[in-house]
Amino acid sequence: MLIIGEKLSIIAKRVREAMFARDKAPIQEIAKRQYNEGSRMIDANIGPAEDGGEELMQWMVTTIQEAVAAPVCLDTTNQKAIEAGLKVHNGQWGKPMINSTSNDPERFGILELGAKYDALVIGLTVGKGGLPADAEERCAIAAEIMARAMEYGVPLEDLYLDPLVLQIATSQDHAAHVIKAIKMFQELNDPAMKTVVGLSNISNGAPKALRPIINKYYALLLLNAGLTAAIADAHEIAEVAKTYDVIMGKTLYAHSYLEM
Amino acid sequence: MPFTPPRESYSGKIFEETIGSGPKAITVGGENVLPFHSFEGATPHKPVIAFEVQDVPPEDWPEVVKEVYKGVSGDPVTWAKYCIEKLGAETIALRLVGTHPDRQNFSPDEAAETVRKMLAAIDVPLIILGSQHAEKDSSVLIKCAEAAKGTNSVLGKAQEANHKTIVAAAMANDLKLIAMSELDINLSKQLNILITQMGFDKAKLMTDPMSSALSYGLEYTYSVMERIKLAALAQNDPTLQPPILADVGMMVWKVKETQAPEADMPAWGSLKDRGIAWEAVTAASFLIAGAEVLIMRHPDSINAVKKFIAEMEV
Repeated sequence: MLIIGEKLSIIAKRVREAMFARDKAPIQEIAKRQYNEGSRMIDANIGPAEDGGEELMQWMVTTIQEAVAAPVCLDTTNQKAIEAGLKVHNGQWGKPMINSTSNDPERFGILELGAKYDALVIGLTVGKGGLPADAEERCAIAAEIMARAMEYGVPLEDLYLDPLVLQIATSQDHAAHVIKAIKMFQELNDPAMKTVVGLSNISNGAPKALRPIINKYYALLLLNAGLTAAIADAHEIAEVAKTYDVIMGKTLYAHSYLEM
Repeated sequence: MPFTPPRESYSGKIFEETIGSGPKAITVGGENVLPFHSFEGATPHKPVIAFEVQDVPPEDWPEVVKEVYKGVSGDPVTWAKYCIEKLGAETIALRLVGTHPDRQNFSPDEAAETVRKMLAAIDVPLIILGSQHAEKDSSVLIKCAEAAKGTNSVLGKAQEANHKTIVAAAMANDLKLIAMSELDINLSKQLNILITQMGFDKAKLMTDPMSSALSYGLEYTYSVMERIKLAALAQNDPTLQPPILADVGMMVWKVKETQAPEADMPAWGSLKDRGIAWEAVTAASFLIAGAEVLIMRHPDSINAVKKFIAEMEV
């Protein structure tokens, strides 16, 4: 599973302060730590970034890529900021990823950017009409997004379907709907569609001590359903992915497998 | 419609390792396909066979192989030079069996002196082997590593019980290193991890998953080697991408089939032919399973295996 390191988010106070002060050190330290712990892509979440988003995203992309040899997931609703970030992204370690398009016409511009800059695109299975009720509804939206992606010239192998993980504390039913959706998404194409989740959302609102427990077990269930990628904390999830690979025979067991 | 044979391709690749130095240096590994599958990818280097010589006369070897070296095996350097000059040896494996506490119990300094003399006398790559007494080997191989500093020789074997000192010695003296585990794929991977976690470059390592002889556990070694190769290539597991070494001669020339006289076993045919065939078949099997480096004893079986390699490479 591809772990997209989630720790560089504007929601975190330390990261926000570093972003506003253009202080590279904390950003690079977090990026390096996420990489060393197993992230092979780093999420740069700058929020809505209505003011100065373009310059901020460019600064984030270059700051991260100065520190780690990994592509960046550009995470903002500001499409201009996305395009600015794509312009400076160094593709030598892989394609950038855009978070995200959806079935909302306002988000179709993202597909245009994906095609133009040869980026991976996350397709969040929500439309204008609000949250999907179940796995089937997520699939219907996914099919719409896939059609749209082809129309805009984004190859389906570059599209990562995101079933939208919701908080288990408030939307318990959706936890199982999402697992089912991950399985169903793969059936929508041959070769199977790729999938991604924002993992830690499952435990949002739960007590702090419970969060890693919920995240890890949920990650394991999603992996077993065929999940391709997760925006997650590598520190928490790498052991799940490695253990899953060992259990399923994808990696040969050795006592030190967690350290590899 | 013409038949197109299916082709497998793999994401992993075996490390390309050069042993020895100068014009006679040899490179092994580098392939990204299963053994002899040159029709599917790159197989840049042939497997290499090292002639085994010992620091003491081969009194415990059967007559069939002992008689080949009669007159030269009293001295390791003379023995090695005979292998190189008369038998065409491209690599020498010097087994310091005389350092074993139950044999002559040579000191580490005495062993290092033998290594020094050997290196001064030969120009082909050298594989330096202890007596496989875990405790004694760690002191012997430290001194031998110092004697071989900068020659790009191969030092072995590091086992789980003694790997720390031997790895440090190989690292300090810039040598290649054999890691040997006891016929267990997972422990083999684990030992390679432990060694690389000490800072040893995994591209200087060779994996010896422990050999066996035909009808004495060959199929265990075979499947461990095969599994290592598949993990290295198909799963792109870097901990299992070092070349594989098979220490064949020492396993073969102690089994009943290479020793029982014709008088006792008339149905088994010529003792000499039987022993040579036993070593050649065992060695060829390990090549098919994935070994890149073989240590062997009888020149006739070595020639048979070389012929096999040449025919498989076509």
